[in-house]
Amino acid sequence: MTPKDLSIRRGIIFLLATVAVAWAGGDLRAVGVTGWDSYSVRIVNLMGINAVLAMSLNLINGFTGQFSLGHAGFMAVGAYTTALLTMDPVTKKMVYFMTPIIPPLQNLTLPFIVALLFGGAMAALFAAMVGVPSLQLRGDYLAIATLGFAEIIRLVIQNAQVITNGALGLKGIPAKVNLWWTIGVALCTYVLLRNLLQSSFGRALRSIRENETAAQAMGINLFRHKMISFLISSFVAGVGGGLLASLLTTIDPVMFKFPLTFQILLTVVLGGMGSLSGSVLAAAIVTYLMEFLRIVEEPRTLGFLTIPGIPGLRMVIFSFALVIVVIWYPRGLLGDGEFSVGRMLNSFRRMVTRRRAAV
Amino acid sequence: MTINLFFQHLANAISLGSLYALIAIGYTMVYGILRLINFAHGDLLMVAAYVVFYAQGIFHLPLLPSVGLAVVLTTATGVIIERAAYRPLRNSPRSTILISAIGISFLLENLAIVVFGGRPKSFPLPQWLDIGSAAQIGQVTIENITFAIPVVTVTLLYVLLYIVQKTKTGMAMRAVAKDFETARLMGISVDRIIAVTFSLGSALAAVGGIMWSMKFPQINPLMGMMPGLKCFIAAVFGGIGNIAGAVVGGFVLGVVEIMIVAFLPDVSGYRDAFAFVILIAMLLVRPTGLIGEKAAEKV
Amino acid sequence: MRTRRFLTLVVLLAFVLASVLGCTSEAPKPEAKPATPPPPSEIKIGVYEPMTGSSAAGGQMTWEGIRLANKLYPEVLGQKVVLNLEDNKTDKSEAANCVTRLIDQKKVVAIIGSYGSSLSIAGGQICKTKQIPAVGCSPTNPLVTKDNPYYFRVCFIDPFQGKVMAKYAVSNLKAKTGVIIKNVQDDYAVGLANYFKEAFVALTGNSKAILTELGYNTGDQDFTAQLTKVASLKPDVIFAPGNYGDSAIMIRQARTLKINAPFLGGDTWEAPDFMDIGKQAVEGATFSTHYSVAATGTEVSKKFVEAYKTEYKKDPNAFAALGFDAYLVILEAIKTSGKADPAAITQALTKTKGFKGVTGTITMDENRDANKSAVILQVKNGKFEYLTTVEPF
Repeated sequence: MTPKDLSIRRGIIFLLATVAVAWAGGDLRAVGVTGWDSYSVRIVNLMGINAVLAMSLNLINGFTGQFSLGHAGFMAVGAYTTALLTMDPVTKKMVYFMTPIIPPLQNLTLPFIVALLFGGAMAALFAAMVGVPSLQLRGDYLAIATLGFAEIIRLVIQNAQVITNGALGLKGIPAKVNLWWTIGVALCTYVLLRNLLQSSFGRALRSIRENETAAQAMGINLFRHKMISFLISSFVAGVGGGLLASLLTTIDPVMFKFPLTFQILLTVVLGGMGSLSGSVLAAAIVTYLMEFLRIVEEPRTLGFLTIPGIPGLRMVIFSFALVIVVIWYPRGLLGDGEFSVGRMLNSFRRMVTRRRAAV
Repeated sequence: MTINLFFQHLANAISLGSLYALIAIGYTMVYGILRLINFAHGDLLMVAAYVVFYAQGIFHLPLLPSVGLAVVLTTATGVIIERAAYRPLRNSPRSTILISAIGISFLLENLAIVVFGGRPKSFPLPQWLDIGSAAQIGQVTIENITFAIPVVTVTLLYVLLYIVQKTKTGMAMRAVAKDFETARLMGISVDRIIAVTFSLGSALAAVGGIMWSMKFPQINPLMGMMPGLKCFIAAVFGGIGNIAGAVVGGFVLGVVEIMIVAFLPDVSGYRDAFAFVILIAMLLVRPTGLIGEKAAEKV
Repeated sequence: MRTRRFLTLVVLLAFVLASVLGCTSEAPKPEAKPATPPPPSEIKIGVYEPMTGSSAAGGQMTWEGIRLANKLYPEVLGQKVVLNLEDNKTDKSEAANCVTRLIDQKKVVAIIGSYGSSLSIAGGQICKTKQIPAVGCSPTNPLVTKDNPYYFRVCFIDPFQGKVMAKYAVSNLKAKTGVIIKNVQDDYAVGLANYFKEAFVALTGNSKAILTELGYNTGDQDFTAQLTKVASLKPDVIFAPGNYGDSAIMIRQARTLKINAPFLGGDTWEAPDFMDIGKQAVEGATFSTHYSVAATGTEVSKKFVEAYKTEYKKDPNAFAALGFDAYLVILEAIKTSGKADPAAITQALTKTKGFKGVTGTITMDENRDANKSAVILQVKNGKFEYLTTVEPF
């Protein structure tokens, strides 16, 4: 295919996607078309946000090979920053009913996009502080160090009553997020990261993942590359956190503990630690399954038999799935490569040929 | 801060520290051989506690048999985990096995929530350890359990050191820790040695868990997570892979934790963070820990 | 290997596609109007509580009360009332999902829940957008109902609860100094401690009456450092709001360190496990809560206690009683408004006045909070003993 054909094809896909999003969000009501119910929209929004978070974690864990467990901390920073910058002064006064918010933040309200970007920037700032000591460590130590920093960040947020309202949390965050935002940011992130990873910088990151000493011998500045990757990853995580805050309209420090990082990690491993489209796919699947598996927690009546619901079984299934995936399918869904219709068709063709040859 | 107050704090610190030390030993043993942070170690703690709870509550076994049963079952759990989740990944990159460890940890915790219920339960204590049974030394009050823990820790430490230094299995363990491949070439069954290490580590975790529950008689499925992490930090602090280092690390961590809250009560909400700060500081200044040895990285 | 991977991909894609298409095949609704009521044969009420996770105990206790109420009063306006329970796993995001699901898919006309103020706030946002009324049984954070015309509650709020215990400390225990040890991770504890401090300082007239405020995190087990400091200060009372598990351990350690000052707390201590874990140490621990079997002797509360004992074979607790009341309040609203329509129910709920519930007389004030009395319980001989009722002031 010539480049022109490719861009036409991409253009058509993009157009179809836009129409799909508009239809789903009910935005086509003006022309009399109704969209999905808000439950489905909510799930798809969550899918988008999880995709953003998964891709950002994949960048540092999967592509650069630096095992970071600090994602929840950066999400928290992004979420709180975005929330504080989008809440209006009246809401702030009401929410900070115990200790008033510090004066500079009281009347500060910015448009959503600015707040999101600021949230990402703050997360990146914290990442710089975290990265300097942590990125000098390797493997397990890096994991524990980043885990520790995430917990420290969370504790700081929990104790800084005058800035974050501490344990009381924030409510009334304007719900600016909708399908356009979530799918849009997910798409932007994908395109951005894909371009980054196909550049020489991306190749340098992969080489660091494969063999750090060899990469260093080839003249790659390890610390600089790791740090930049870490900063970008945290920036995107911060943006994802901001989107989450706007979707939930209420946040508190307790939701940013390690289980949140675990969920994102699970998604990344499931999708393949070196595949962006794998992360997107896995995010969609995991978000969907989380809701779908409610079925095992509700009582089921099969004829005369009533099987009582077993609450908590969902997380057992997920943890079990993670272990199974990591042992038997360590490459995840898409392993190292990206999703492409061509590859799928090739596999299919090969499978059919093999079948035919066997016969 | 009066001198009495200081001594009371010190007594508390030693009590907490010896508990950390006991659990840190298990961590360090496994790490020394497999180079793996066994995230599930903390959850083995929890398993042992629940076994004792149910053994005494449902089957009405007296204390010692319950403890014995708990140790056996926890060791079995540990060995099964190693066999099922860690052995297949022995040749995989480190991050994979770490993810597997995290997954197992969450699996154990969530299974416990499903099977035992999420509500905290009261741990049954024998009479001589129950509340009110404390000794007075001057102005300082020390619970009976506080005497028991260091005794148990030191005893087990001696037993462990004897096994590692003076028996053939111990020698094999040291060999595998030093060099996997060469040990295998020497005819050592590496799989068996690893299983032995895991059982020893798990048994220690079981005892640690039971002692922990005796000191803090409230058990719940998530009780092992924080202690597990802190004890790992203690092990790293003292020098990972080094048993004496783990003990030292445990005591230091316990003392620092208590003393910081004692001298700066305003930061008592940040207590857990200090453990992490210590870890990060240590890793930057002296990554091999207090008593650790330098390991050159072979290319 | 490739085949396996390819097949997995196809299956999963089909899954996702099917679900996506499945969603759209349901009757789509425009966003602005509230949910249309279900067919007239039954009235659906949604319940979202934490049945798992760290607040599972509270959620389960509340559900027992709601379910009992449904059993005793299964009908209103000639129609059957059906409960739909969703577990929010003590997770905010889940709470919002639960409420969305209840409204969109189960088409409930009213919602009961949740134990845990932060969860209620998350769910409340959805109720506000979709205009479906919700009644909280036990969340005490003022923010739950603030600025949300669709959220009500049948319990008092923390500002009142804090004052109740402060008044008890100063008037009954004649305390002049106090110390606060609070769970800094829990919005409930932080709020309650704050209101207690305000009231205590005001009542004693001494701005330094609270000698110190110490903190800990949920799940902490070792309080010896904080308690040693407290012992050296020798306060008259210790106010320690937090989960019953952590508090029980704390009191045990305090008694071992020879701290004999009375411990005061809030309604989270009302669980039989409190005495289980605390044993003799918690004798004398006093706390405020919403309800006691001994407190109210009304017809409806006698009926409740009898039914509860028959059904569950144990004494009822405040959370079950509140759940019971929440259900009854909604039923009353449906009866008064004459139809099972969310807007009508909301209107009727706002006007709830003098409703005689199990936990006392419920009147919704302008913030949709129940202006109610609190009871003070004390642990005596391994049981909760009723001390006194405190009217709103």
